[in-house]
Amino acid sequence: MIAGIDPLDGLRAMLSHDFIRHAFLAGTFIAAAAGLVGYFVVLRNQVFAGDALSHVAFTGALAALAFGIDPLLGLFAATILVALGMGALGGRARSRDVVVGTVFAWILGLGVLFLSVYTTSRSSSNGAVGVNVLFGSIYGLSLRQAVVAAAVGTGVTSAVVLIARPLLFASVDSDVAAARGLPVRLLGLLFLALVGVTVAEAVQAVGALLIFGLLVTPAATAQRLTARPFLALALSMVLSVAFLWTGLTLSYASARLPPSFLIVALAFGTYLAVVLGRSVLGIWQRTRGALVSLPA
Amino acid sequence: MPLTDLGSPPQPSFDLWGDLQQLLQFHFMQNALEAGTIVAVVAGLIGYFMVLRGQSFAGHTLSQVGFPGAAGAALLGVTPALGLLVFCVATALGIATLSDAHSQERRAESAAIGSILAFLLATGFLFATLYSGFIDGVYAFLFGTFVGITDSQVAMLLLVALVAVSVLAVIGRPLLFASVDPDVAAARGVPVRLLAVTFLVLLGLAVAEAAQITGTLLVFALLVAPAATAQQLTARPGLGLALTVAIALLVTWLGLSVAYFTIYPIGFFVTTFAFTAYLIARAVRWGTGIAGRHGAALA
Repeated sequence: MIAGIDPLDGLRAMLSHDFIRHAFLAGTFIAAAAGLVGYFVVLRNQVFAGDALSHVAFTGALAALAFGIDPLLGLFAATILVALGMGALGGRARSRDVVVGTVFAWILGLGVLFLSVYTTSRSSSNGAVGVNVLFGSIYGLSLRQAVVAAAVGTGVTSAVVLIARPLLFASVDSDVAAARGLPVRLLGLLFLALVGVTVAEAVQAVGALLIFGLLVTPAATAQRLTARPFLALALSMVLSVAFLWTGLTLSYASARLPPSFLIVALAFGTYLAVVLGRSVLGIWQRTRGALVSLPA
Repeated sequence: MPLTDLGSPPQPSFDLWGDLQQLLQFHFMQNALEAGTIVAVVAGLIGYFMVLRGQSFAGHTLSQVGFPGAAGAALLGVTPALGLLVFCVATALGIATLSDAHSQERRAESAAIGSILAFLLATGFLFATLYSGFIDGVYAFLFGTFVGITDSQVAMLLLVALVAVSVLAVIGRPLLFASVDPDVAAARGVPVRLLAVTFLVLLGLAVAEAAQITGTLLVFALLVAPAATAQQLTARPGLGLALTVAIALLVTWLGLSVAYFTIYPIGFFVTTFAFTAYLIARAVRWGTGIAGRHGAALA
């Protein structure tokens, strides 16, 4: 499956496979939604809500499989319900990391049980299902799943664009926003529900354990590159989609490296380069400033 | 092979002594119980200080780092335990260096840690994919296993545990002081910074040990839950430490025994028992709190 000499030929060969077309269709919308939602996740300092939701996604998907329901249904139901629950508990749930740690270790343990129930009851036809949920299986999407992922991704993207301005205001200064009459609490709840949907989407692309690679890393990179909020929001989405496309293409060309690894590695490499680049720039500017201010 | 069907499980007779004898007649169960006991003591003791110091997030990070460590070691043909130890201790030192420099920017910090975590887990997944013993290996690293623990693994667990517990015994008292009130401790000349670094390395050792029983994703069951349970019940450090170790031992022994008699994985039982203990402690505390207020109102 090595790509041909002519890059266009290689591209045409790659896109002639159904599984690749499904992966690009679903992946583009998933990455766009994750990039947009991720920007606000980082801005609102809710990275650990995302972490918690990814654990829930793992257990939800495997519970559905163990009981013979559509795993997509389990995935979305679990993440949205828990996201709303977390939103209802509000600030109280955030600070007590010991409680959160204990509860989520148990939820993962429950997921392990469902995985074991599923693999032992339905012969050994699909022993890799747990690995797929944990690390993604974007090449395994059917046309129906890809269309659902694209439709949900479009929904999330439009919802974020619609509430972007008030959400930005509420995220940066919630007290002033509330004083101006913005429904801050409702916005927070709606946003957490969107995070829940996005996590459920991203599980299909990169898996429950690697969600931060699409949800957090592109957003963190964008915020390092620009301080202007709407530019950073757009940049986060563009970066996220670019990492997904490049990751899929490289994975196809290498035939051996899993796509979720490549997507996350590309995102992390870019983040690292931006962080290092900025600090080198900062040192250089300081040195130059010091040299200029030196008496001749 | 935690998740493959091992045939019908052995049946418990509900004659406790008989069941225990049935359990102990196999060498692999003896090894599992020995390993579980060592791990529970270390995880309990160090987990107590971790919860006291509010460092459970560092523990979380260390536990996820264990996965690429174990998978990378398997890929290189080294024993996974070694990979776990090297990665966990190296990351502990890394966290100790970074956390000082960037403690102000909390938002940037959590995004950075999240990005690093995702990348490390992705690397672990890559190693596991490249390593041939694919699926069973991934599950064993992530969710733990208790079959196939060898004598030499038990010896290594014991050696690391002895080192960790001896160091903790030496620094225990100043560490307690530095954890409860770092400013006063620093003013009294306690080397707070050195203690913090030493403790993070100990935490790395404890995570690497615990991950061999519970798997890297479920380390919290032994590291956080017993300590959190004990701290619900008592504020006295000595009693709390003893109670933490007792709960960790009970959870591990029960988990091993029940997992032996069923086809389901040990990770589920250990996390469930640990979580149940925590819920009971919360309920007890809530109950005594109500009784106490009631008594005070009556008096």
